[in-house]
Amino acid sequence: MTSLNFNSIIRFVVLVLVQALLFNNINFLGNINPYPYILFILLFPVNNNRSLFIFMSFMLGLFVDIFSDSGGVHAASCVTIAFIRPAVLKFAFGMVYEHQNMKFNNTEFGNRLIYFSILIAIHHFIMFTMEIFNISNIILILQKTLFSSIFTIILCVLISVLFSNKQR
Amino acid sequence: MQQIINFVIRNKTSLLFLLLFGISLALTIQSHSYHKSKFINSANFITGGIYDKASGVSNYFDLKTQNDILIEENNRLRSQVFNASDSTSKIIIDSISYSGRYKIQSARIINNNYASSKNYLTINRGEKNGIKEDFGVITSKGIVGIIDNTSNGYARVLSILNTKSKINAQLKTSDQFGSLEWDGKSSSIVQLTDISKFAPVREGDTIVTGGKSSIFPKGIPIGVVDNFELDISGDTYIVNIKLFNDMTNLSHVYIIENLDSDEIKLLENPVDD
Repeated sequence: MTSLNFNSIIRFVVLVLVQALLFNNINFLGNINPYPYILFILLFPVNNNRSLFIFMSFMLGLFVDIFSDSGGVHAASCVTIAFIRPAVLKFAFGMVYEHQNMKFNNTEFGNRLIYFSILIAIHHFIMFTMEIFNISNIILILQKTLFSSIFTIILCVLISVLFSNKQR
Repeated sequence: MQQIINFVIRNKTSLLFLLLFGISLALTIQSHSYHKSKFINSANFITGGIYDKASGVSNYFDLKTQNDILIEENNRLRSQVFNASDSTSKIIIDSISYSGRYKIQSARIINNNYASSKNYLTINRGEKNGIKEDFGVITSKGIVGIIDNTSNGYARVLSILNTKSKINAQLKTSDQFGSLEWDGKSSSIVQLTDISKFAPVREGDTIVTGGKSSIFPKGIPIGVVDNFELDISGDTYIVNIKLFNDMTNLSHVYIIENLDSDEIKLLENPVDD
């Protein structure tokens, strides 16, 4: 059961580098940055070894943390969404997921959008809560979560459409 | 015993999640307390090297603006030199106080953040150039931050755009001082707090560093007063300051080392055990 194949490792390295060198420096309208590196977690093969998957997500977050000097906020939010991913998959895809032979390329666009949105919103909320670390700034946290989530969702959908190799 | 092992095996995913979440929570909390974030920082061999290579490319796109800034600084320094030729006293006092107590090095910024609430910069000078913690970092226009972590070839700067940053600052015209902080909202506005309500603050006044810490020399420009209001307690002002520096576009910086800082620290913190 080799769920960690060569393809995933390439994707891991490329996403971390692109996040560190490009997406951390976008600063749209002053301070809005997207975090599309979590595509690694979103598009990880479904029939995987769960412990390995959670560990890989932790490493992904930790690398992004080292690059952006943010302590452990990305690592914490990445393990969380990796842990709750099966529940969200079941909610978003229903029967298709239950049959265990699901491929993200063959799913419907609407389902995929819901699945992306839920995980991205949770990820960003945990990340900004831990980064600001002050409950009296809850408005600022929600505002940053909303704007960054919209940005990330658009980019994630675009990237996943662009790089999907759909068999026709 | 058998039951404990069974429990661990059955819940191994949840336990792994809790373990990793705990680790990252610990790292986060550690990074929020000053001078403790030792493990996770971008001033190491790998990330420093990658940032150095990338900024080597992206610097070319910024050359024109940086040249303009350099010419502007040269202009100012030249006019100081020429205008001081008749009345030598003023400029000499300045240059003695600099060359006597402070050592200045130049460095290049290879990574600049200003979008989050805890911002750091990475520069391409490190321990092999004699850089240590608590050196000040400025540009020709004003202050940038304080070095808080070093590796062999790189150093990390705690930017003034960081909610952890606290720097002694004062009005240029009078000696009332306060501490410079940031509320995390705009990258061009910082706050000067704890300044007495008897201080003659006016909009447009210049704010400079106070020289009460051993990091920055006195009189390095910071910004001008944008607006100010009384604190909730009614005793002190909170002054919004518009920075001279454009923190979003920094490239070349100067690192200030106070050669007397060890002696000052020894005096201020006598043996406390």
